[in-house]
Amino acid sequence: MTAELIIFVLLAVIAVAAALGMLLSSNAIYSALFLVVNFGVVATFYLLLGAPFIAMVQVTVYAGAIMVLFLFVIMLLGAERLRHPNQVLSWQQPLAVVLVMALLGFAGYVVSMQGLASPPVDVANTVSYGSPAAIGELLFREYLFPFEATSLLLLSAMVGVVVLTAVDARRGVSRGVSRDRRS
Amino acid sequence: MTISNLNLVGTLPLLFLSAWACGLLLVDLWIPGDRKHMTGWMALSGFAITFFWVSSNLGQREEAFGGMLAIDGFSNLLHLVFLGSGILATLLALNYLKQHDIERGEFYPLMLFSVVGMMIMSMAKDLIVVFLALEMLSIPLYVLVGFARTRADSEESALKYFLLGAFSSAFQVYGIALIYGATQATGFAAIGDAVAISGASPLLLAGIGLMLVGLAFKVSAVPLHMWTPDVYQGAPSVVTGFMSVGAKAAGFAAIVRIFFSAFHSLAADWAPVIVLFAVLSTVIGNVAAISQTSIKRMLAFSSIAHAGYVFVAIVPGGYGALSDFAASAVIFYLAAYGLTNIGAWSVVIAVDHADGMGSDISNYAGLARRSPGLAAAMTLFMLSLTGLPPTMGFVAKFYVFRAALAAGYTWLVVVGVVTVLISAYYYLRVIVVMWMNSGDGQVVTPRALNFTVGVTAAATLVLGLLPGPLMAIVESSVRGLF
Repeated sequence: MTAELIIFVLLAVIAVAAALGMLLSSNAIYSALFLVVNFGVVATFYLLLGAPFIAMVQVTVYAGAIMVLFLFVIMLLGAERLRHPNQVLSWQQPLAVVLVMALLGFAGYVVSMQGLASPPVDVANTVSYGSPAAIGELLFREYLFPFEATSLLLLSAMVGVVVLTAVDARRGVSRGVSRDRRS
Repeated sequence: MTISNLNLVGTLPLLFLSAWACGLLLVDLWIPGDRKHMTGWMALSGFAITFFWVSSNLGQREEAFGGMLAIDGFSNLLHLVFLGSGILATLLALNYLKQHDIERGEFYPLMLFSVVGMMIMSMAKDLIVVFLALEMLSIPLYVLVGFARTRADSEESALKYFLLGAFSSAFQVYGIALIYGATQATGFAAIGDAVAISGASPLLLAGIGLMLVGLAFKVSAVPLHMWTPDVYQGAPSVVTGFMSVGAKAAGFAAIVRIFFSAFHSLAADWAPVIVLFAVLSTVIGNVAAISQTSIKRMLAFSSIAHAGYVFVAIVPGGYGALSDFAASAVIFYLAAYGLTNIGAWSVVIAVDHADGMGSDISNYAGLARRSPGLAAAMTLFMLSLTGLPPTMGFVAKFYVFRAALAAGYTWLVVVGVVTVLISAYYYLRVIVVMWMNSGDGQVVTPRALNFTVGVTAAATLVLGLLPGPLMAIVESSVRGLF
C-alpha cells in the first residue's frame, strides 16, 4: 500500500508538472510534448487502478493518434511560437483568475454539499473490472445500441467531411480554390 | 441480455431507414452527376416507406435493446413529424439544389442520417443514447447548412452553427456526467428511482441545468438562440425548412421524455427554469421579429418564439395527472408548426428563385396578383403561425394554453396571448404587403414545390377546421406513458 502511494505521489507530481509545462511553455511543440508526458502518466494511473484496457486506450488514442494530429497541424501551420503572448490576452488575465476562483468555489460547494460519494463498484474486489473482456461484454451486450449508433454517427461525419472538402469532378478544381480565384 | 429483449422487430422501421441511408451512399456512386435527382427520389421512397410503416402501427408499447429505446405512441407520432418534414424537404430539394448549382448526391443520405438521429432521439430512454442521437442529427445538419459551400454566407452559417453546436454538446455531456455522478445511472427509469429516493442534490441540479443548456440550444430557446437568425438566413432554404422543424421537434422530444420520466419528482425545481425559457423565448423572439426586413430572419425569430410556446406546454408536465395532456399538446403543436413552417419556407424558396426577387419582405409586394395560389397559401401559413382560426396553428395554441391553464399558470397564458398579439403585427404585415401593395416579377414554381405548398396548406386548413380526429389519435397514443 505504501509503495503504491509513493508511486502515485511521484507520478502525480510529474503529471501536474507536465500539465503546468504545457500551459506555460510558449512553444506549441513543447506544449504538445508536455501533453504527451501528461497522457502517459495518466495512463499509468489507470494501470494502478486496475484498468489495463483504459490505460492502453489512453496511450494509443490520446498519446498516440491525437497527439500525432496535434503535432502535424502545428508543424503544418508553422505555428510553433506565440507571437504576442502578453498583448493578446492582457485584459483577460484578471478575468480568468476571477472565473477560476468562481469555478473552484462552486465545485467546492457542490463537493462539500454532496460529499464524496463512494464509487459505484468496489474496484479492489472486482478482478475483471475494466478488463478488455469485461468492456467487450458491456459494449456488445448492454451497450450494443449506443455502440452501433456510434458507428453510424462516424459514417455520417465521414461523408460530411468528404462533402465539405472533396474536389468537384464537374469543374475539375476544388471549389475552395475556384472561390479564391474569383475573389 | 437475451435476444428476446433486443426487440429487433420493433425497431425495424428505424433499422430499415438506417440501412437505406447506407445503401443510398453506395448506389449514389453509380448515378451520373447530372442525374442526382434519382438519388433524391430514392431517398424520398425510403422516407415514404418508413412513414407508412410507422403510421400503420402507432399504438405500440414496446422497448428495445434492453430498455435503451422506447417504441410507443409518443415516439411514433414524432417519427411521423420527422419523416414528414424529410419527405417535404426532399421534394423541395429536388429542384432547389439544381437551380443553385449545388446538386450532389450526398445531400440525400445526409438528410436520411439526420432523420435517423431525430428518430432515435424521440425513442431514447438512456442519456447516452440521447447524446448520440443529438450528435447524429446535428452533424449531418452542420454539413447540410454549409452545402452551398461556395457562397460565403452558407459557409459562415455552417461554421457558426458547428462551433456553437459543439460547444453546447460539451455542456450536455458535462451535464450527463454530473447526473451519472449523482445517481449512478444513465437509464431514465433508474435515474427516476434514484432521484425519488435521494431527492435533489446540488450535483444533480447542476447536471440537469447543464444538460438543459445543450437541449435548449437545439430548440433555439432564448437565451441560447443567438445562432438562429444567422444560420437560418445563410443556410440553403431547403435545409432551413427541414432543420427548423426536425431539430426543434427532436430536441423537445428529448426534453419531454427526460423531464417527464426521469426527473418527474423534481418538477418543483425544473418548472421555474422551463417557465423562464417560455417567457424569454416568446417575448424576445416576437419583439425581435418585428424589426426584421428579411423574411428569412423574421421566420428565424418566429421559430424562436414558437420554441417558447412549446415550453409553455411542457410546464404542466410536472403535475402528475397533466403530463399526458402536456405531452399531447407538445406533439400537436410540433406537428402544426412543422406543417405550417415547411409550407412557409417553400413559398420563401419560390419567391427567392424568381427574377428580380429576393428574401426581403418588400419583395412580396403584389404577390397576390402575380401568383394568387402562392399568396393564398402564404396567407394561410401566416395566419397559422400567428395562431388565428381557421388554421391548425390556432388549435395548437389553444391546446397549449389549455394545458397551462389546467396547471394553474394563468399569468403564463396571459404572457402567451400578449405575445401572440405582438406577433400578429409582423405576420399580418406579410399578408398586407402581398395583397395591398403592387409589385412585379413573375414567379414560376416547379411542380414538386406546388405539391409541397398545396399539401401543407391543405393540411393546415383541414386540421384547423377538424382537429378532433388527430387530437384523439394523439391523446390515445400517449395516454399513460408519462
